[in-house]
Amino acid sequence: MKTITSPLDQKVIDNLVAGDTVALSGQIYTARDQAHKRLIEALSENRPLPVELMGQTIFYAGPAPTPAGAVTGSIGPTTASRMDKFTPALLEYGVKAMIGKGPRSIEVIESMKAEGAVYFVATGGAAAYLSDFVRKSEVVAFGDLGPEAIHLLEVENFPLVVGIDANGRSALWPDIS
Amino acid sequence: MVAKDVPVSNVIELVANLSLDANHNARADVSALLRKARESKNSPAAMAALDHLIANIEIAKERSLPLCQDCGYVTVFAEVGQDLVFDDPLEPAIQLGVARGYDDGDLRQSVIRDAFSDRTKFETERPANVYINLKSGSELKITVMPKGGGSDNACRMTMLKPTAHEDEIVKYVVDIVAASGHYACPPLFVGIGIGGSFDSVGLLAKVALLRDFQIPAKRPDLAALENRLMTEINKLGIGPAGLGGETTALGVSVLTDRTHMACLPVAVNISCNQLRGATARLSI
Repeated sequence: MKTITSPLDQKVIDNLVAGDTVALSGQIYTARDQAHKRLIEALSENRPLPVELMGQTIFYAGPAPTPAGAVTGSIGPTTASRMDKFTPALLEYGVKAMIGKGPRSIEVIESMKAEGAVYFVATGGAAAYLSDFVRKSEVVAFGDLGPEAIHLLEVENFPLVVGIDANGRSALWPDIS
Repeated sequence: MVAKDVPVSNVIELVANLSLDANHNARADVSALLRKARESKNSPAAMAALDHLIANIEIAKERSLPLCQDCGYVTVFAEVGQDLVFDDPLEPAIQLGVARGYDDGDLRQSVIRDAFSDRTKFETERPANVYINLKSGSELKITVMPKGGGSDNACRMTMLKPTAHEDEIVKYVVDIVAASGHYACPPLFVGIGIGGSFDSVGLLAKVALLRDFQIPAKRPDLAALENRLMTEINKLGIGPAGLGGETTALGVSVLTDRTHMACLPVAVNISCNQLRGATARLSI
């Protein structure tokens, strides 16, 4: 198991291999369908993003409400492929890592190779377990979207698998190599 | 027949508790089959995913957290004894029970107002699909079944030719799992409906998911079909979390129905690894 910290250094990303299990600490931003739509609109209109995502990690997630006294509600990955059409533009902008579940499109993989980005898989269906690795959660943009708002999370040893590495190798079925 | 009075407040409380139970506590068969899957051959990363899912069940129960952040679109099946007389309409009481459970339990509300033109969430309602079936007697049996959007997106139905061979049914089901099962949080539970009409076969496939997956179908022909489908689906190699291995499905359940002589409806309801549901009876 490799221990890594987000934001991720390019050297660290380059050394990750599809199938590696990793424990991720540091800061990550949640964003799913509606947040992606707004981020891409901002980029296409040359407006500043509401949070700086250069070099950052995006987690495709919409947490359950936070119970009283807890840091976060259950939080797990949503289907990454729904974000595929938005992803190349975000990687060109400078996003370095993504966390989700399920396969990605060829266009996304080509863009990951070109930009040196990595896609991690979190276990879909393990949201209560995953919430145990979140130390802080704060809504930092698009609060009107509720669970789809952008949350800044601080995580410690968040358990992930390298789904697709920066060389385009994949640990995900079907075998694309 | 003696009419028996039931205050709907009892129904609201029952449904609220079932909503919490279904989200916090894994079904016994789901829990047992996930543990058993550790004996199968899967990639190291997929084995880690299985361990996460087993730990998830324990943490959700201990801390009263939802098993999945997607607390789903809820379906409620109510079997209502005809001798029961409710002091207020039953269906709104069931809806109130779901809303109470979801609000009290910090369960994520994912239902939007209109699929075509208003994709905003409801303020206070937590609408569910409610199916009410009348039975004889004076028992009320309610099942609350939440299902996530990711796995519902993987479901399909078709109208095969009435002369289709069993092989075509198997091919249809396996092709669907191959095309979309890896998006739906495997290892999967697969509910299959065969028969009825276009509208009813989808419901049949969903009801198939209510069965205890540790127990094979009673009818030998269906048990054989289920075995064949399990083998074919697990040959795909998708594995837990889509990371490769022989545990792609944890169970297959088939229900059949009569149909029109010109028809052979088939529906496939794919559930994620967190197949959820809770049932309770109220005897008056």
